[in-house]
Amino acid sequence: MIRLKDITKVYPMGRRELKVLRGVSLNIEKGEIVAIMGPSGSGKSTMLNLLGCLDKPTSGSYYLEGREVSRLSSGELAIVRSQKIGFVFQSFNLLSRLSALANVELGMRYAGGIDRRRAREALEKVGLSERTNHRPTELSGGEQQRVAIARALVKNPPLILADEPTGNLDSRSGAEIISILTSLHAEHGITLVMITHDPDIASHCQRIIHIMDGQVESEEKR
Amino acid sequence: MKKWLEPFSTAWVGVVTHKLRSSLTILGIVIGVAAVIALMSIGRGATSEILSRIEGMGSDLITISPGASTFGGVRSAAGSVRTLTQEDALAIEEQVDYIGNIAPVYSTSLQVVVGGENMNSQITGVPTDYQDIQDLEIAYGTFFSDYDYQRAAKVVVLGSEVKETLFGDADPVGQQIRMGTNVVRVIGVLESKEGMMGSSPDNSILVPLTAIQQMVAQQKTSQGDRIVSSIVLTVSDEEQVESVIEEITSLLRNRHRLLPGVDDDFRIMSIQEIAATVSEAAGTMTLLLGAIAAISLLVGGIGVMNIMLVSVLERTREIGIRKALGAREHDIWIQFLIEAAFLSLAGGIIGVIIGWLIAYFVNNSGMMTTIVSADIVILAVSVSVGIGLFFGFYPAWNASRLNPIEALRSD
Repeated sequence: MIRLKDITKVYPMGRRELKVLRGVSLNIEKGEIVAIMGPSGSGKSTMLNLLGCLDKPTSGSYYLEGREVSRLSSGELAIVRSQKIGFVFQSFNLLSRLSALANVELGMRYAGGIDRRRAREALEKVGLSERTNHRPTELSGGEQQRVAIARALVKNPPLILADEPTGNLDSRSGAEIISILTSLHAEHGITLVMITHDPDIASHCQRIIHIMDGQVESEEKR
Repeated sequence: MKKWLEPFSTAWVGVVTHKLRSSLTILGIVIGVAAVIALMSIGRGATSEILSRIEGMGSDLITISPGASTFGGVRSAAGSVRTLTQEDALAIEEQVDYIGNIAPVYSTSLQVVVGGENMNSQITGVPTDYQDIQDLEIAYGTFFSDYDYQRAAKVVVLGSEVKETLFGDADPVGQQIRMGTNVVRVIGVLESKEGMMGSSPDNSILVPLTAIQQMVAQQKTSQGDRIVSSIVLTVSDEEQVESVIEEITSLLRNRHRLLPGVDDDFRIMSIQEIAATVSEAAGTMTLLLGAIAAISLLVGGIGVMNIMLVSVLERTREIGIRKALGAREHDIWIQFLIEAAFLSLAGGIIGVIIGWLIAYFVNNSGMMTTIVSADIVILAVSVSVGIGLFFGFYPAWNASRLNPIEALRSD
């Protein structure tokens, strides 16, 4: 599913260069559920951006479903994102002026077109069929994150990337979100990669990758 | 929803979310478009009114008056014709084609006395044809007849203002008035009529040319030709006005023995020519009005750009989200461009309605005639949309170029 080979990412910082990733290589199989852990500044967010095709590596290769995507243009990367990747963000990133349903539909907007029926189904799957017309401001944090999950899910992407999906939630809502994510994984065989600080949440994953100073420090399989 | 409709609905949501801001932006365009339409329609209306007044005087009318250019020693040769004569009029009638009616006119100024009233009036001696040429309507009584003309009858037809001054509301027909040393009889009063170049028939007293020649000593040239003040004539075929003017010019130059290179000692004016000049000037005026109004449209366009720039800045995070969801640059670009075009199109349509209403009320108030024509409307609306696209382009392009990671990080 995912194959990273000697990925580096260097940001120019004035005269000096900031090496955020220093040669990361890893494989993630289809249907795996993987946690990436590491202290802040370790490069895990940069890695997620690269995995999500929001950014390009300075060097190295990234194969997504066997296709080299690290040299694609920004327009081609956008197409990859629209077809292959669903994002779940720490701060939900819903559009506050749209209803829950419209936010979910937005997930399909750039991936072949809006299908209202599928958007409703996706909201049903995350247990929000009663709240389709509510705006994000009228929903609790946990509900907002569930809308965001429905938005990521609705286009049936092979890969879902979650960036601290429970970071802004209390522990109860956090646990709900994790159980939704894991059950979706179990149900649909989606590949799920998430960044987290929380060892409890990581413990639900099949594999935990620890990142330190821009390198893979250790991996543990469970 | 149809896929091609989605950018439109997105733009609609963007516009509706910020109602106050959107309506202020639209207002800028509304004012511009309304101003263009109202001012252009007033300009067009004024032009057509002036033209119809001028043409009301008869588009086939030609006036020949003594030249403004009879100075500078060109008339020094003995025996040369000093100015226009009755014989010139005869020669034109005989030698130039397409002449309808022709009338030599002799004007002078005389003291006119009726009872206690007393005024200095312009007395105009004319043949009977003059009535047809100038299209004069009789309010009371009659115009003088060919018989009156042939026997040099001392009869007069009063202009409407002269009648007002001398008789007030009383009926003057049949009354005697003293004109210089002569006593003449009023046989008619003219309807009021707009005149050309300040010489309204309202202010003059018309007399048979033959009669005035007996009342005052008419100037003569050294050859004994009778000098007249002007010659008016109609052309039987309106298409031929220009060629008639040319022929008259060469005939008169010949008769007045003007050498090549010497300026004409007479001036020929046709209503057509005046209409063309006036219409050109009025057209320029209309354009100028439109240009002034267009400046406010431009300002409105800058308003659109301003708002779109703010909107892009404010929605940076939204753009980041959309990009993360797979929006390509042109998706974002089109979204903002449609929004800008929508704002200015809405402004254009409302502006057309308001401009039209202004034109309608100005017209109905009786102050001015206004004409709203389709070309102005189409121009104003398409210019406003064009302005929206033009001024929306840069903000939209800015939006589309945002880096998704940075955009997502913004507040």
